[in-house]
Amino acid sequence: MSGSLNLNHLLFLGQGALWTVGLSLIALLGGGLVGFLVALCRISPSRAVRVLSGAYVQLIQGTPLLVIMFLTYFGLPPLGITVSPLAAAGASLTIYVGAYLGEIWRGSIESVPRPQWEAAEGLALSRTQRMAKVILPQAFRIATPPTVGFMVQIVKNTSLASVVGFVELARAGQIINNSLFEPFLIYAIVAIVYFALCFPLSRLSQRLERRGARGRTTLMPA
Amino acid sequence: MTLQLDFGAVLERWPSLLEGALLTLQLAVIATLVGGAIGGLAAVGRRSRSAAVSRLCEVYVEAIRNTPLLVQIFLVYFGLASLGFRFSAFAVAALALTINVGAYTSEIVRAGLDAIPRGQIEAAEGLALSRAQIYRHVVLLPAIERVYPALTSQFVLLMLASSVTSQISAEELTAVANYIQSDTYRAFETYIVVAVIYLVLSLVMRAGFWGLGLVLFPRRRRLGTPL
Repeated sequence: MSGSLNLNHLLFLGQGALWTVGLSLIALLGGGLVGFLVALCRISPSRAVRVLSGAYVQLIQGTPLLVIMFLTYFGLPPLGITVSPLAAAGASLTIYVGAYLGEIWRGSIESVPRPQWEAAEGLALSRTQRMAKVILPQAFRIATPPTVGFMVQIVKNTSLASVVGFVELARAGQIINNSLFEPFLIYAIVAIVYFALCFPLSRLSQRLERRGARGRTTLMPA
Repeated sequence: MTLQLDFGAVLERWPSLLEGALLTLQLAVIATLVGGAIGGLAAVGRRSRSAAVSRLCEVYVEAIRNTPLLVQIFLVYFGLASLGFRFSAFAVAALALTINVGAYTSEIVRAGLDAIPRGQIEAAEGLALSRAQIYRHVVLLPAIERVYPALTSQFVLLMLASSVTSQISAEELTAVANYIQSDTYRAFETYIVVAVIYLVLSLVMRAGFWGLGLVLFPRRRRLGTPL
């Protein structure tokens, strides 16, 4: 019943890797949208909005992604809402990534130096103008290295979509292993592919961080 | 189909839930203690004068940080089995989590070490402290004090990540949840209850680390500022 690893298996793994990339992009876009809203809500002038968005972040950051996956995939059908594995994985990752990116971006917005906020106010810019023209462009530069760093987490976390039967890289490895039973070889290959996806992102994040640190020291003499 | 929630069937199983939560905490504590120690060693090792040692530590850290925990768990689980070792799922889970958190700890401690000013070490040398004394009092402890908040967040994340070990049927909280939901057909309620338990566990851990920080770093408490 067991054969040896052949080209078809590798192609199947490649297809899984493509889905890992696809799912990562879905999570980045969805989570980015949610995260942007969360970041803005967290610094809202309205206390209720701040508390509510803060509670969302605390709730998600205190729950494992795996449990969120199970909740959407197995928990919703008994309530009459059927979801496909892709929808469940995409929605769970969006909810999860949104909370973490929201916190990263809130920190970036708040670390734009105080005088910039005051200067914008002094120039009689409206709140929206101040955000769009003064604060966000600067926050964007501060946020880039940690966001790229978090993309590594996103890619790795898509592996949990395998538990709801979505065939990405980790699940593809499991399926092949079920027919060949060569776990060490197959999971080593899977690990190497994940490494090839993640390592460049890690390095890029480190390089951006170093460049950013250099840029800031020349900008701010204090 | 009407929307009717029934938490009773799930809450009835509180003894198994409690057992699962305790096992999750156990995994977290073991991995935090052992993994924390490994991480500290790896951080010091990366600054070693020996290129081989520093290279080895770098490979360990980068390999772990750039691959998913799920795949690491499978590799340890099946890797040990194919070498002829037979361990319980719990032991494998604890081992995989320890290896995993060691790499993350190492990076955090390294950032703390890099933040120790060179002048402080020179001052300690000028005071004729031994190499071991300098490492302990001037480098390692102040470095850990500096990155303590980041470390504790990492350990809480580790506790949450231990849910992944349910995939090799370590009987921690998430695995217990999977049994209960397949027994009661109350998947939604089960996972809501379990999510709440994880939330409570993470709050308990945060509170614990906060208290521990007060004991470990009296200087911080006296000054009232994080250095």
